[in-house]
Amino acid sequence: MTVGLSHFLIVAAILFAVGVAGILFNRRNVIVVLMAIEIILLAVNINFVAFSVYQHNLIGQAFTFMVLTVAAAEAAVGLAILVVYFRNRGDIEIERANLMRDGA
Amino acid sequence: MSFPLDIAAVFLPLAGAAFAGFGGRRFGDLASNVATCAGVLLSAVFSVLLLASAVHAGPSERVLFAWIQSGGFSANWGIRIDTLSAVMLAVVTSVSSMVHLYSIAYMEREAGKSRFMAYLSLFTFFMLALVTAPNLLQMFFGWEGVGLMSYLLIGFWYKKDSANDASMKAFLVNRVGDFGFLLGIFGFFALFGSVDFDVLFEKAQEMSAVSFSFLGQSFPALTVLCLLLFVGAVGKSAQLGLHTWLPDAMEGPTPVSALIHAATMVTAGVFMLARMSYVFEYAPGALAVVAVVGALTCIFAASIGLTQFDIKRVIAYSTMSQLGYMIFAAGVSAYSASIFHLMTHAFFKALLFLCAGVVIHALSGEQDMRKMGALRHVTPKTYVLMWIGSLALAGIGIYGVGFSGYYSKDLILEAALGRGTGVGVFAYSLGVAAAFMTAFYSGRLLFLTFHGEPREQHLAAEHAHEASWAMLGPLVPLALGALFAGGLASGLFSGEGTETFWNGAIFVLPEHNSMAAAEHVSSVYSALPVVCAVVGFVLSWVFYVAFPEMPAIAATAFGAIYRFVYQKFYFDELYNAAFVRPTRLLGGWLWKKGDDELIDGFGPDGLARLSVRLAKRVSSLETGYLYHYAFAMVLGLAGAVSWFWFKG
Repeated sequence: MTVGLSHFLIVAAILFAVGVAGILFNRRNVIVVLMAIEIILLAVNINFVAFSVYQHNLIGQAFTFMVLTVAAAEAAVGLAILVVYFRNRGDIEIERANLMRDGA
Repeated sequence: MSFPLDIAAVFLPLAGAAFAGFGGRRFGDLASNVATCAGVLLSAVFSVLLLASAVHAGPSERVLFAWIQSGGFSANWGIRIDTLSAVMLAVVTSVSSMVHLYSIAYMEREAGKSRFMAYLSLFTFFMLALVTAPNLLQMFFGWEGVGLMSYLLIGFWYKKDSANDASMKAFLVNRVGDFGFLLGIFGFFALFGSVDFDVLFEKAQEMSAVSFSFLGQSFPALTVLCLLLFVGAVGKSAQLGLHTWLPDAMEGPTPVSALIHAATMVTAGVFMLARMSYVFEYAPGALAVVAVVGALTCIFAASIGLTQFDIKRVIAYSTMSQLGYMIFAAGVSAYSASIFHLMTHAFFKALLFLCAGVVIHALSGEQDMRKMGALRHVTPKTYVLMWIGSLALAGIGIYGVGFSGYYSKDLILEAALGRGTGVGVFAYSLGVAAAFMTAFYSGRLLFLTFHGEPREQHLAAEHAHEASWAMLGPLVPLALGALFAGGLASGLFSGEGTETFWNGAIFVLPEHNSMAAAEHVSSVYSALPVVCAVVGFVLSWVFYVAFPEMPAIAATAFGAIYRFVYQKFYFDELYNAAFVRPTRLLGGWLWKKGDDELIDGFGPDGLARLSVRLAKRVSSLETGYLYHYAFAMVLGLAGAVSWFWFKG
């Protein structure tokens, strides 16, 4: 069997779904949320590269580097926030992270 | 005359009141006392001068300014001076000035002295505005004014619940009468096109034939209007039906009672009847009602007076009874006798009240006569003064010589009989019976208070003291009035000189001339009231001095009747059940159901509750959990994608 475009897209879709599920169903750890976001971005990257190869257009791959850079920056900022958050609250459990709610 | 005596007489009390009321705090109590007393005293002097000139000059009117002008309606503010208003001016200001002087000493230890003096003076001013009114509207102004001042003065001790209740009661009961009076004014304007006395008096005769139909029945207009005015008089002069405020008015300080009962307020109704004599004369039906109500009040109040134990209450009921005399005198067209009695009554009633004040003061606030006794050794001067007042009240005299009340009361009773109608005879017989009761309760008051043994030792022995001359001084002129005013003035108010004395201020139809007929009443009938009075005094002596156990025996013998009278014929209870309680219930229902539940429930409160509930529901969407937001985002994304997908 040959590996076609649709296979890449299916893998990317599965990765995306895993990432979204990681955000939605993870109730404990903020780091897991950050990791899930990375997975989603990865799924997007796979799509970019796959389309770039099959359309013979390098702009897609260039975009992938952009996304990788942004993802790295995002991870750095996110982890920095996480460290400060841990210092203030003493834990990083999502269940208890509802400061945005009125009166919490 | 260059100096405007009338303006000065009417407005000096107002000036005094304004000074004491607005400047009392700054200038002190002494200045307030001086200002108000000086205002009223000067006013009294001017009034007496006015009286002297008014008798000769006849009616005169001075327009001060145009008060209300609207379409065809106009009412001026003015001063009408004729014999009637001049007599009233003199009586009101002289009694009021004595009350003012007395109050200085009486209220010495009370707070708010300057407020009190300001009220007294303002009260006097409103009464003067009432008696000098040239039209019904200004009369109504004074009419309402005295009502207001009575409210303020009865409730002077505003920290006392009973005083507040009494003042409210006085005001509300008077409102009922005032409403009738107001309707009367409307009616007079509708019928005559004016409320000026001159116009009313002139047109009264031609209007007497007018009638109007209501509910298919035809009524004589003038009679109905006069009855409406009389409703006002019933309220103001505490006649049977709207009398319940007067006894309760005792909650105010004693000088107030003296002022209300003697000079101002209650005499307004009597004055109004005399003032409107030109109109009432053409409404014979109304006159008959006036006479009957007056006569019933007279006996009704006297009988209650027999049973009361509060010294001020006894005198209050005697006022009501004497007002009954004045009213039925007006009802039998003896306006002159009515005003005569008003004048003599003012002197001796003020005297009695102020004496009672001395007694109460001496006993440090005790008003129950059952606890008094033997005070004649402690307060001998008051004792003598009170005897003078009581004898004048009872109308003791013989062969044309006697105390003031003797002349006026006899005149009234003779006129009632001389009127020659059934109503007149009815009024006469009730009046004679009331004369007996008057003497009895007067004697009872004197004997219980001043004779016998002191029933509460500590009251009499420890604190009791004769009042100072600052308090007794003002009583002396009043006592002189009670002694001699009747004798001196009887030549003016009755007999040959009446016509020239009134000089057109009072009008009596020739066929109603009961005053002239009074001269020819058999001497048996004219002596009867005096005999009854003497018997009353003797009987009260028997009851309360000779055999002190008699009253209790009598009270048990007439158990049911005694209780009925002692409870004032249950008028208060009746009114409570018939009017006060239903009104309160209705008010409570409208408050709880109508206002709280309906208007507030659906209005402000309901809307507020609704928006709070909505907001709560919306804000519960905002959980603060990250994954909820993420879920919403995913849903949104899915929604947006499928939207574009299916839309094509």
